[in-house]
Amino acid sequence: MINIHEVIETNKMIEQENLDVRTITLGISLLDCAGPDLSEVNEKIYNKITRVAKDLVATGNKIQREFGIPIVNKRISVTPISLIGASACKTIEDYVTIAKTLDRAAHEVGVNFIGGYSALVTKAMTVSDELLIRSIPMALQATERVCSSVNVGSTKTGIDMNAVKLLGEIVLETAELTKERDSIGCAKLVVFCNAPDDNPFMAGAFHGITEGDAVINVGVSGPGVVKRAIETVRGEDFETLCETIKRTAFKITRVGQLVAMEASKILGIPFGIVDLSLAPTPAVGDSVAEILEEIGLEYAGAPGTTAALALLNDQVKKGGVMASSYVGGLSGAFIPVSEDQGMINAVEAGALTLEKLEAMTCVCSVGLDMIAIPGDTKATTISGIIADEMAIGMINQKTTAVRIIPVIGKGIGDYVEFGGLLGHAPVMKVNEFSCDKFINRGGRIPAPIHSFKN
Amino acid sequence: MKKTVITVVGKDRVGIIAKVCTYLANNSINILDISQTIIQDFFNMMMIVDTSKAPKNFDVIAEELDQIGNEIGVVIKTQHEDIFNKMHRI
Repeated sequence: MINIHEVIETNKMIEQENLDVRTITLGISLLDCAGPDLSEVNEKIYNKITRVAKDLVATGNKIQREFGIPIVNKRISVTPISLIGASACKTIEDYVTIAKTLDRAAHEVGVNFIGGYSALVTKAMTVSDELLIRSIPMALQATERVCSSVNVGSTKTGIDMNAVKLLGEIVLETAELTKERDSIGCAKLVVFCNAPDDNPFMAGAFHGITEGDAVINVGVSGPGVVKRAIETVRGEDFETLCETIKRTAFKITRVGQLVAMEASKILGIPFGIVDLSLAPTPAVGDSVAEILEEIGLEYAGAPGTTAALALLNDQVKKGGVMASSYVGGLSGAFIPVSEDQGMINAVEAGALTLEKLEAMTCVCSVGLDMIAIPGDTKATTISGIIADEMAIGMINQKTTAVRIIPVIGKGIGDYVEFGGLLGHAPVMKVNEFSCDKFINRGGRIPAPIHSFKN
Repeated sequence: MKKTVITVVGKDRVGIIAKVCTYLANNSINILDISQTIIQDFFNMMMIVDTSKAPKNFDVIAEELDQIGNEIGVVIKTQHEDIFNKMHRI
């Protein structure tokens, strides 16, 4: 039987170290909502989401009460909308009506985000893909809870540079349309390489076409728990450090697995995966950067940061995979700048630059995330940043992503305030040398060779 | 039988266990295990109980125990046992 010290340990993680289940995300396939008549498509989408997800929030709250573990977000991901709207949508405005329908459905069932206003264009854009992408700025302006993502590359197909070029412009346009709120629209737009089909985390969640009709995916979190655990092994060698991280990751992930199984049972919807990611929040003590500092760096960004992050990420995975029967999604450590107080401190101290962040994305999940850059950054420069990040993902067979926010009207050193989980951030410097000719070439970058790994 | 873990944390005083146990007895909740310890001057008690014969449902029991905690100045948490088993047992 369980003993009092184990009970105290668990409750301490929850009460003092910010252990929580970050999200229960219900993936819903909308493939059966597609058709040639737009109003019918909208109606079907609304009906399906509100029917399948009607008990999602109540279930999350019930699990939270019974186990005494906070379940911070209840969310929905849907099939990429470029597929669902392909036959009905003839204009940008047509696609925006679907975004509004998603937003309405999200409000109705009480989820705080709905992801899947997406297109998958790893090789090239179809007419409908391009229409959807061009509708993103307007869709994000017109809605509150809709999140958008575009997958523009993969290890198997290469990178669609036409889409990369277009997305540089789209990111800027989204920033412009939401400039009165610090260009917050861009916080809900992710550009991916090798996007996973089962990611429960926003803004990049969508319900992949390889998934079933509905599925429960869960994202756990607990940077604070890992930090507290490794505080106890200060000065010890790497073996001890790694063992400690691994053991902690195991415990955190078991909670995720438990919550996922319970939610699946109550809702009668199959369990998909647990995402192991260490996801920080702006709360003090809930930071990945603070873990890096505890490992032995003065600030995130100091020499040694990439190595420290690599070992952290690897140990989290090693501990996590044993704790859950199905691991998926992004599963690693997130390094968003605005959502992590330790990252913000590092930027302010001058320890962390965009280039170092790029290096860090080579060894952890996702990529350049929640980074505010000057509002006068050129579209081609944004495309260049995206292209670099996509190349890292393509060559290293991993997921990478870009979620940057050119804050209109603000420059280096200014601050942006997104509020809530999205946090706040200093505007960071971007390399100002031009990549216009590179981006304007057009076409695609071929898939990489899978041998001669050097 | 789904077991429930009740934890009581707070400043030590006379009658904490009596108060909680009286409530449990009045609601047909059987105590399977009980242990306590003092950590950094704080009274920590854990009970593993069986609520299957209780007339009230889990949410009501948790709420009422929470109120009792408020009355006597301690924090009482009621949680299903699974979260501890999953985390600490392979």
